Amino acid sequence: MPFVLSVSPDFTPKHIAGWYVFNTWLQRQTELAFHVELYNSFIKQREAIAADEIDLIYANPYDAAMLVREKGFVALAAPLNKADEAVIVCNNNYPIDAIENLQTDLSIVTTDDPDVHLMGMMMLEPADLNADNTNIQEKDSYVLVAKQLLQQKADIGFFLKEAYYDLSALIRDELRVLIASEIFVIRHILLAGPKLQQHHQQLESLLVNMQDNPKGADVLKTMGLRGWETQTQEDTEFMIDLMDTL
Amino acid sequence: METIDFQLITYLERNIDMKLHYYDGTDRVINIIDQEEPFPDGRLIVSRTDTMGILTHCNQSFIDMSGYTEEELIGKNHYILRHPDMPAAAFKGLWSTVKEGGKWDGYVKNLRKDGSYYWVHAVVIPNVRNGNIVGYTSVRRKPSRKKINQCISLYAEMLAEEG
Repeated sequence: MPFVLSVSPDFTPKHIAGWYVFNTWLQRQTELAFHVELYNSFIKQREAIAADEIDLIYANPYDAAMLVREKGFVALAAPLNKADEAVIVCNNNYPIDAIENLQTDLSIVTTDDPDVHLMGMMMLEPADLNADNTNIQEKDSYVLVAKQLLQQKADIGFFLKEAYYDLSALIRDELRVLIASEIFVIRHILLAGPKLQQHHQQLESLLVNMQDNPKGADVLKTMGLRGWETQTQEDTEFMIDLMDTL
Repeated sequence: METIDFQLITYLERNIDMKLHYYDGTDRVINIIDQEEPFPDGRLIVSRTDTMGILTHCNQSFIDMSGYTEEELIGKNHYILRHPDMPAAAFKGLWSTVKEGGKWDGYVKNLRKDGSYYWVHAVVIPNVRNGNIVGYTSVRRKPSRKKINQCISLYAEMLAEEG
């Protein structure tokens, strides 16, 4: 039975192929069999995690607590210089230009991306807005979030910063960023499950040296990453604590 | 575990040099300025302390907002940020909550090095490792003006009661 590698469903579509290339590279380097399993929603992926069907996962920080504290996963590495940041965006014609001026009954369009949603809601707090006094609609992708804003079917939208700037300039010309997070420490991490325990050290070593190897560097490019850096257990615990406060 | 009493004993006058006394017997003189530094949009102010409230980590936003350098902060007691307008009861509730393993959240007026202040919505949680509390993480975000105004009145009443 191959080990199962999965990726947080919020990965950017243009890098899907990169994860398959990474999987091939990983198998060659480790001589272990890995199989890529992608899920189109966080709910589906969490069901697979609960059923112990995943062994290696590029996880959203929101899910890190459950993976580490309930399922015995251990962080192997984190992407180099790649923090998760959120932006709150509105249509160019929307009459508000500061978060503090937003009013109750605001219509928010978001995705099921849990850390972006948390950061987005947190940035609305200065306007005393929360889940109880706003109307939240969830869409399957950031493109659909943008569509709702373009058609003025929502007041504001939450985006992963990277996903927003991946939208075409044509679309972004019609939209406006109201606020952007600058948190720096919330990021995805690559975690290995208990079945891979005896290979943790080997995997960690391969990952942190990946950018120094020409072939590894090419693979990283297809994944949209610059490299990996060591993520200690305490780094992970710290991030989990931080997520608990949001 | 010992209870930490963060009460300030002396509270003299506003906008002049004030002598602040802390629970551990230390004191310092600072010129309190009635000037608010706005919380930066989209940022989080993050710090960690050990179980006695000694700062072990702070992020750049913490450094920027406090007005101190990192070297001036690490190893100091967190009360370095305590503004004399904050009632002791607010901090007593914080410490009793987190020492029992709970999450505390509230609105806090913090003192900057230059004597001015900034308001935060703070959330504090214990760092539990292998079942033991090894420290605390505090994350502050931008509060609403409405909540700040409510707290200004509330804290003034609490301070008056504390005498």
